[in-house]
Amino acid sequence: MKARVHVTLKYGVLDPQGKAIAGALGSLGFPGVNDVRQGKYLELDLAETDAETAREQVKAMCEKLLANTVIENYSIELV
Amino acid sequence: MKAAVVVFPGSNRERDIALALERASYTKPAYVWHGDTELPAGTDLVVLPGGFSYGDYLRCGAMASLSPVMRAVKDHAARGGYVIGVCNGFQILAEAQLVPGVLMRNASLKFVCRDVHLKVEATDTAFTAGYRPGQVIRVPVAHAEGNYFADDETLNRLEGEGRVAFRYCDEAGEVTAAASPNGASRNIAGVFNDRRNVLGMMPHPENMTEAVVGGTDGALLFDSLAKALA
Repeated sequence: MKARVHVTLKYGVLDPQGKAIAGALGSLGFPGVNDVRQGKYLELDLAETDAETAREQVKAMCEKLLANTVIENYSIELV
Repeated sequence: MKAAVVVFPGSNRERDIALALERASYTKPAYVWHGDTELPAGTDLVVLPGGFSYGDYLRCGAMASLSPVMRAVKDHAARGGYVIGVCNGFQILAEAQLVPGVLMRNASLKFVCRDVHLKVEATDTAFTAGYRPGQVIRVPVAHAEGNYFADDETLNRLEGEGRVAFRYCDEAGEVTAAASPNGASRNIAGVFNDRRNVLGMMPHPENMTEAVVGGTDGALLFDSLAKALA
């Protein structure tokens, strides 16, 4: 079973990289991009086959290491 | 003072800080590998040096904060033992939740490497007793992720409890946004834990301890520790 994890900065937390990307898009002639938020994407290959157990495991991994929950949110997708 | 300098894969300031400790205390610190599970017996002070532990993968300090030695460092801190983390060491302390807050990408997006001025905010601690209250000192910074962030409630608590160690300021001691190299909340350059036996700071006092390199303002921090832990 695979888990896809997205880690993003919480809204309200300054994202200078996202701002730089938004600025670059504007200067490349792509108008109308109001805001860009940059995040991380992680793909985990799990031995666990039970979806509910796998979700619990990945949640624990996110809380302990994969995300810093002071400033980041995470979402988990199992495939 | 028995000091232990923890070396992570990717640390690069461990010798600078060991020299500063030796100059202040006339005792060579021990180097401790990140995979060790114990500190040398009788360790008074643990130092987490600057550098790029674990290549800064995932987030600065995140992997190092979970390495085997950090359990011993946490126990040491819980017993009231002293810990200082500088630069990447500060990031590790924050990730390990030994000090509150996080270090984010510099607001300028640039790696900043230059001298800055700091206002010494708290002088009733083992780390800063040698400074005068409000003293303005000059030390270098070298980091890309030193933008200190915590929510307002945490910042208010830190200020109310005298746990802000240093703030970025200009040469005259004015705390202005322009004087901050990284956009840190309320210009915070260093913070203590609740018992003030753990200090995390972004600037490098260990690189300003000899007149030959441009100043000795950083030496007072190590002198203060050597005196407190004599």
